[in-house]
Amino acid sequence: MSATAHAQVDDHAHDDHGHHHKETFVTKYIFSQDHKMIAKQYLITGVLVMGFIGIAMSLFFRMQIAWPGESFPIFEAILGKWAPDGVMDADMYLALVTMHGTIMVFFVLTAGLSGTFSNLLIPLQIGARDMASGFLNMLSFWMFFVSCVVMVISLFVEAGPAAAGWTIYPPLSALPMAQPGSGMGMTLWLVSMAIFIASSLLGSLNYIVTVINLRTKGMSMTRLPLTIWAFFITAIIGVISFPVLLSAALLLIMDRSFGTSFFLSDIFIQGEVLHYQGGSPVLYEHLFWFLGHPEVYIVLLPALGITSEVMSTNARKPIFGYRAMVASIMAIAFLSTIVWGHHMFISGMNPFLGSVFTFTTLLIAIPSAVKAFNYITTLWKGNLQLNPAMLFSIGLVSTFITGGLTGIILGDSTLDINVHDTYFVVAHFHLVMGISALYGLFAGVYHWFPKLFEGRMMNKNLGYVHFWVTAVCAYGVFFPMHFVGMAGLPRRYYENTAFPMFDEFTDIQVLMTTFALIAGAAQLLFVYNFVRSMFYGKKGPKNPWNSNTLEWTAEVKHIHGNWDGPIPHVHRWAYDYSKVDENGEYIIPGQDFVPQTVPLQEDEEELQH
Amino acid sequence: MDSTVATGSEENVWGGGNKPLGASYGKLMMWFFLVSDALTFSGLLAAYGFSRFKFIETWPIADEVFTHVPFVHGNFPMIYVAFMTLILIISSVTMVLAVDAGHRMKKNAVIWYMFLTIIGGAIFVGSQAWEWATFIKGDFGALETKGGRILQFVNADTGERAAIADFATTIESERVNHEKKNGVWYYEGQALPSYSLNEVIAGVKANSNIQIRTEAIIQEGEGQGEKTLLSREETLTKLNDAVQVVEGANLIQNEYGSRLFADFFFFITGFHGFHVTSGVVINLIIFFNVVLGTYEKRGHYEMVEKVGLYWHFVDLVWVFVFTFFYLV
Repeated sequence: MSATAHAQVDDHAHDDHGHHHKETFVTKYIFSQDHKMIAKQYLITGVLVMGFIGIAMSLFFRMQIAWPGESFPIFEAILGKWAPDGVMDADMYLALVTMHGTIMVFFVLTAGLSGTFSNLLIPLQIGARDMASGFLNMLSFWMFFVSCVVMVISLFVEAGPAAAGWTIYPPLSALPMAQPGSGMGMTLWLVSMAIFIASSLLGSLNYIVTVINLRTKGMSMTRLPLTIWAFFITAIIGVISFPVLLSAALLLIMDRSFGTSFFLSDIFIQGEVLHYQGGSPVLYEHLFWFLGHPEVYIVLLPALGITSEVMSTNARKPIFGYRAMVASIMAIAFLSTIVWGHHMFISGMNPFLGSVFTFTTLLIAIPSAVKAFNYITTLWKGNLQLNPAMLFSIGLVSTFITGGLTGIILGDSTLDINVHDTYFVVAHFHLVMGISALYGLFAGVYHWFPKLFEGRMMNKNLGYVHFWVTAVCAYGVFFPMHFVGMAGLPRRYYENTAFPMFDEFTDIQVLMTTFALIAGAAQLLFVYNFVRSMFYGKKGPKNPWNSNTLEWTAEVKHIHGNWDGPIPHVHRWAYDYSKVDENGEYIIPGQDFVPQTVPLQEDEEELQH
Repeated sequence: MDSTVATGSEENVWGGGNKPLGASYGKLMMWFFLVSDALTFSGLLAAYGFSRFKFIETWPIADEVFTHVPFVHGNFPMIYVAFMTLILIISSVTMVLAVDAGHRMKKNAVIWYMFLTIIGGAIFVGSQAWEWATFIKGDFGALETKGGRILQFVNADTGERAAIADFATTIESERVNHEKKNGVWYYEGQALPSYSLNEVIAGVKANSNIQIRTEAIIQEGEGQGEKTLLSREETLTKLNDAVQVVEGANLIQNEYGSRLFADFFFFITGFHGFHVTSGVVINLIIFFNVVLGTYEKRGHYEMVEKVGLYWHFVDLVWVFVFTFFYLV
């Protein structure tokens, strides 16, 4: 292992990178140890395949919510016995909600987003030939792949997939006889997540040590692009919070299969008294949300990092407040580990603890606001290049603010009680972490597509259509949802027809579902654009967005080792856009950007502080 | 590359093109892995603390649970676990010596110290297995009430704990043994305790010196910190609550008191034991590599250092597990 480390570091000294191994199909496309290929594998498995499944599920249950009890041929065709005569079964509804949450949070937005962009960008943007350990990186992807397969298999077991909600609270998740989805489906869910946690750990360890040890000469921590900062801190919170989910999952497995009472006490089921005694489901909630809350930031921070980079490039301006951005990423990461109780205000937890968690939760508003204002001030008077990546980045800022404002309401224990477990919460977290993270993901895909597929660009016009339809529809779904929630409609209900007080919301539900269906169709446009551009996309220039960062100096064609010659050294930060000398001339005449590899000119002042 | 570290100011240390922490990526990965693993254990120990505080007034007293030493009869609280802990700490010392010998490229010394470390680890795992077996077997036996509480027995004359085997009367008709002539098909039933509930109750009624001790710990005043002893009259009334006999501990029952005590004991020491076992296996692999001269050829013994980090971590975790389960 150490020998490879030496080889990596010594790359500057002897530039004999000519010896290419003979790559077979298997080592190149399947068990590849090259970070660029692994990034593509994550993108296709995590985002395209799992994303398709996750979003399709949401459309299905949105249809049930809008038209409860209606018969749809498509339900009968796809759900089979779970939709007798085309009417969705209530158990299947719960299972779909559960699996939508699980797949979107963990598989698409944790593994898909971080896996794709950390793998692609960390080595390329810090100037490294590959990840620290290509082998562990490969292992990480294939464990992720196995966990995907197990999770998908769980959709096909006889009693249906897990249906206890993505948070799998016991006792619903702990007692196999509690409901159909608590049986085999739940067991497979736990197995899949255990593998997922191991995969995420291996991936995160690699990201962290690569950023620490393999930065090229001159790439100091304060010259790192903000993407790398975001991925680095994300990996650290992953390493800190996922193991606690592992402890919770292990204890839950013991309760499920071996009769312990960690989370269970005094339970009667179907007239039978169970032996469990002394445990507490609130304990599970503590353990789960100690992961669960940082998880929100594991999902969001990479998207924020991508946005910083894309926005600065396309505003042709330095990012506003680089150090403040780094500091707020770190502050968010730290605070995210001490706010988990705000998910448990009405769980029976001590109300005094609730007030402590309210305090720490509201503190997160500070670094979040710093980031939002920095984005806006980066845009201010910029020379905006409104390509699809930029549009999605601006969209992220919009949804981040909209969703963040309702977070202030939900973070306050006294206000939360009124809207707890209503659609208000659903609207909040979908905007602030779901839609925002997806926008960051899309921005990243549009921006770095040429880096992923050897210079090919995605179709811009389809990108515009994709953005505007998605942006309008996402708000169309989640904006009205706030009001429905404020009016008291509980989340996760199969149908609300039994409550006349909710009858007047039926039209709004239909409106939201219609928007959701259109938004879903727009994503197919994206998939079409993606797949088509992969093979027939126009080849762009080496540095299509006139960007400063190192990845655009690397070879367009994918070679193992990224740079044909020596690894470039870095002489400045990543954000010298539109920089002028004292005469008002660009530093490089006729060019409004100065790549990181360009040495400081004489008398040139380093901008970054 | 190293020259940058040596000559540079602090700015240069993190300036890229070097290893700012002076460690290879493999060693850093091990450190971060240990951070992660530490949080798994923290999660488990926090869960233990949460549950223990919930039952703080009835939690079993460790001094009364872990009282045995192999091959010796008698009451020796904590002696054996102290021995186990000592062995594990000594194995950490030999690990340090192995790492140090590796730095000085002394192959034979590394072999010997690695060997001693492996032996220490094996003794610890074996001791833990013995500790489990003793805990599972139990000491005195107890009754469980319909509320799930444990009733233990004390001999009023001596003040010592009384084993149900010592006073329970044998009632002939009570036990029916399944014989083959009754048919080959049968459903697997629960193993019966050595004495049935009725036998124990009859025994208590027959021996006037037997009194019940409940789980409740006296919070203040006389006998503070001890379990509550019922009078003879209270004992006889309390017997009506009993629903079954409990002997030893498992994941569902625990004659020493709260079943969560047993659940957490098995899970956390088991999880730690799993770590020690995998540590021994990894140490063995590295040991054979050392013997084969792999690291001698490589020119450094960093692998020994990496597994050493893991071994010290496992040792450190035990200190916490030991503290939470046995000491406080």
